[in-house]
Amino acid sequence: MNELLDALRETFGEKVAVAQRIGQTVLTLPKDDIVDVVRFLKEHGFSILLDITGVDHLERDPRFDVVYHLYHLQLHDLVRLVVQVGGEEPELPSVTQLFSAANWAEREIYDLFGVTFSGHPDLRRIMMPDDWIGHPLRKDYPLTGLGPLPPLVRE
Amino acid sequence: MATVDDDRPVLFSSVKKLSAWARSNSLWPAQFGLACCAIEMMATAASRFDLSRFGAEVMRASPRQADVMIVAGRVCQKMAPVVRELYDQMPEPKWVIAMGACASCGGVFANYAVVQGVDRVVPVDIYVPGCPPSPEGLIEGVMRLQKKIREGGRPVLPPVPPATEVAGA
Amino acid sequence: MAYTQDQIVSQMDAEPGRGGNMVLNLGPQHPSTHGVLRVKVELDGEQVVRSEPVIGYLHTGIEKTFEDLMYQQGCMLAPRADYVSPIINNLCWVLGVEKLLGIEVPKRTQYIRVLFAELSRIASHLVWLGTSAMDMGAMSPFFYTMQQRELILDLNEMAAGYRMNPSYFRVGGLLQDLPPGFPEKLYAFLDGFPHWLAEYHELLDRNPIWIERLQHTARISLEQALDYGWTGPLIRALGVPLDLRKTHPYSSYEDFDFDVPTETEGDVYARYKVRMREMEESLKIVRQAMDNMPDGPWRVADEKIYPPEKTEIRQSMEALIYHFKLFSEGFMVPPGDVFSAVEGPKGVLGCYVVSEGSSRPYRVHIRGPSFYNLQALPAMIKGGMLADIVAAIGSLDIVLGEVDR
Repeated sequence: MNELLDALRETFGEKVAVAQRIGQTVLTLPKDDIVDVVRFLKEHGFSILLDITGVDHLERDPRFDVVYHLYHLQLHDLVRLVVQVGGEEPELPSVTQLFSAANWAEREIYDLFGVTFSGHPDLRRIMMPDDWIGHPLRKDYPLTGLGPLPPLVRE
Repeated sequence: MATVDDDRPVLFSSVKKLSAWARSNSLWPAQFGLACCAIEMMATAASRFDLSRFGAEVMRASPRQADVMIVAGRVCQKMAPVVRELYDQMPEPKWVIAMGACASCGGVFANYAVVQGVDRVVPVDIYVPGCPPSPEGLIEGVMRLQKKIREGGRPVLPPVPPATEVAGA
Repeated sequence: MAYTQDQIVSQMDAEPGRGGNMVLNLGPQHPSTHGVLRVKVELDGEQVVRSEPVIGYLHTGIEKTFEDLMYQQGCMLAPRADYVSPIINNLCWVLGVEKLLGIEVPKRTQYIRVLFAELSRIASHLVWLGTSAMDMGAMSPFFYTMQQRELILDLNEMAAGYRMNPSYFRVGGLLQDLPPGFPEKLYAFLDGFPHWLAEYHELLDRNPIWIERLQHTARISLEQALDYGWTGPLIRALGVPLDLRKTHPYSSYEDFDFDVPTETEGDVYARYKVRMREMEESLKIVRQAMDNMPDGPWRVADEKIYPPEKTEIRQSMEALIYHFKLFSEGFMVPPGDVFSAVEGPKGVLGCYVVSEGSSRPYRVHIRGPSFYNLQALPAMIKGGMLADIVAAIGSLDIVLGEVDR
C-alpha cells in the first residue's frame, strides 16, 4: 500500500494530499484530477468502486464534498478520495467511463445534492420523481419537505 | 314467492347479510409489498401463522382479482400515484388495510420522501399498529376487517374519480 | 390512442429491425420483483434486447432522518434499510459510531454480535431461497424456509423483545445480556437446522426444472462484475473469495473457523450453491460463538456512552444525571469521518458516517450492496429470454429498502 501511495505522489505531486483517518487512507484532490487519479488507482489494482456519495457543508466554500471509496482486491485495502466542489452550479467530471458502478451513484448525488457530473451518459433524477423541486439531502432543504401535506382521502 | 310485497325487505336484508358473510370469509388480498411489513405479511401467509385459516390467503398479483389491499410498508412520494392507480383498478367492493406505522402515519420517517399515512392517497378501513406489526397483529387486523364487512362496513360506491395529484413539492 | 392494424404494420415497416420490438413494463407492482422494482424491457419476441431498471419507488429519506436523530437512536433506523437482515445493518452502524468514538466493546458483546449477525444471515438467505424458488414456480420451499426463519425470529424476540427489526445492538454494547434459557433454545435450533437444510437440497438439487432454469442463466464475466461493483455471494460465485469477515475481521471474526465458499461458473445456479453453503458456514460460526461464549461484561463501562443500570440509577445521583443527559442530549462524538464496512448477506455493506462533534451525525450514507448489484441487471439479461429475468432478479437477492434507502 505504501509503495502505491509513493507512486501516486510521484505521478501527481502536491496535488494529491494523503492522510490517515481512523486507520483509513484518505486522498484529498482537486476535482479536475479525479478521473486521472481513479484511472491510476484502477490500473494499480483498486478494481472495485465501492461507493460514491456526497456531503453538504453548507457554511463552507466550496460547499460540497464528493467522496469515493475504492477497494483493492489483492491488498484488501480501502482508499477514500475526497473532492471538493462548489459554486452556483457545482460540477465535476464523471468516472462512469472507468467504472459502470458510478452510473447510478452519480445520478443519486445529482438527484439528492444537485451536483452535476460532466460526461455522464444519462444524468437524470433517480430517487425522486422527475418533476420534483429541490435537492433533499442539501442542508438547507427542510427535513419534512417543502410542500404542505395533501388532504386525507375519505369516502 | 315474489307476490308478497311485505316479505321483500326481510328477504333482501338476509341476502345482504349472507353476501357480507361470504365476502368477509373470502378476502383476496392484492399481492403487493412495499418494505419491512411485506416480509411480515409473507410470514403471515406462510407456515406458522397460516392466513388461510381466515380465508385471506389467496394473494393475487393482479389488482383486478383482489378485493383487499394490504399496504405493507412505507409509501413514498414516487410510489403514491402507483398505489392510487392499483386501488382504482380493484373492483368494488374493496377495502384497505394500512399495515404498520409507516402506512398509517409515516412512522419514524417523518420526512420529505414518505407520504405521511397512506390515507392521504386511498381511504383506509383498518390501521394495524407496529413497526412492523407481528403476524398476529395483521391477523387481528384482517379479523376486524371481516367484522366490519359483516356489520355492513362501507357501502358499495359508484366508480371512484381519477387519481388525485399526490406528488409533493 | 388506438391504431388500426394497417397503421401498426406500416409503422413496423418504417423502422426496420426496431418496429417489431415491444416494450414491456415489469413492476413496480409485480409478483417477482421482490418489492417495488420496476424494469422496462424491450423485447424482440421473447428475447430481451434492452432493459432498464427504474428505482426510487421506496426512497425513504433514511439518510436525512439519520441527521435528525441522536447516534443511539440511529440503531433503530439502520435496521430498516435492509429489512431482510436488519441485525447486520444494525452491526454496521454501531461499529461505525464506535470507531468514531474510539471505543471497543467487551469480548462477550463481540461474540453475541457475531452470533446474531450470522443468524440474521441465515434468515436472509432463507427468505431469498423461499422467494426465488417461488419465482421459479416451486411453492413448497417457501413454506419450509419460512418455518425455519420463524425459529430465528423467536431467538431475536427472546433476546431483544422484538421479532424482525430488533435493534439489539447498541453503541457501546447491547440492549441487554442474553436472557436465561437462550442457549438451550439456540442449540435446539442448531441441532434441527441441518436436517432442514438437507431437506431444501432434497427439494431442489435434483429438480430438473430448477436446474434447467438456473444453469447457464444470467451470467456475466468477472470483468463486468468488478466494473459494476459486485460483492458478496455474487462475486464469490465468480471465483473471487472476497469476504470482509476474513480480510478485515471485525467484531472478533478472526476467532472463528469458517470457510468462504466459492464457485466459478457465475450463473444463477452457482449463486444458489454459494448461498446454500454459506448457510452451513454461518451455522458453524453460530455454534462456535455459543460454545466459546466468554463471560464478562456485555457493555462498555463508560457511563457517558452507555446508560447506567436501572438499579444504579435508583441509588446514585450521578448515575441519574448520566441517564438524563444520555436520553435528552445524547453523547458527543468527536469530529471525523469513517467508512465502516461489514460483510452483509448481499455483499459489502458500508456505512459512511461524518461527525462534526455534536450528538447527532452530520451525514450518514449507507452503501447498500443491492444498489450496486442491481445495476448489472441489464448486462445479465441482455440477449436472454423474458422468463429468465425473473431468475436473474431472484439470484441478485435485492432488497429495495437498501437500493432506494
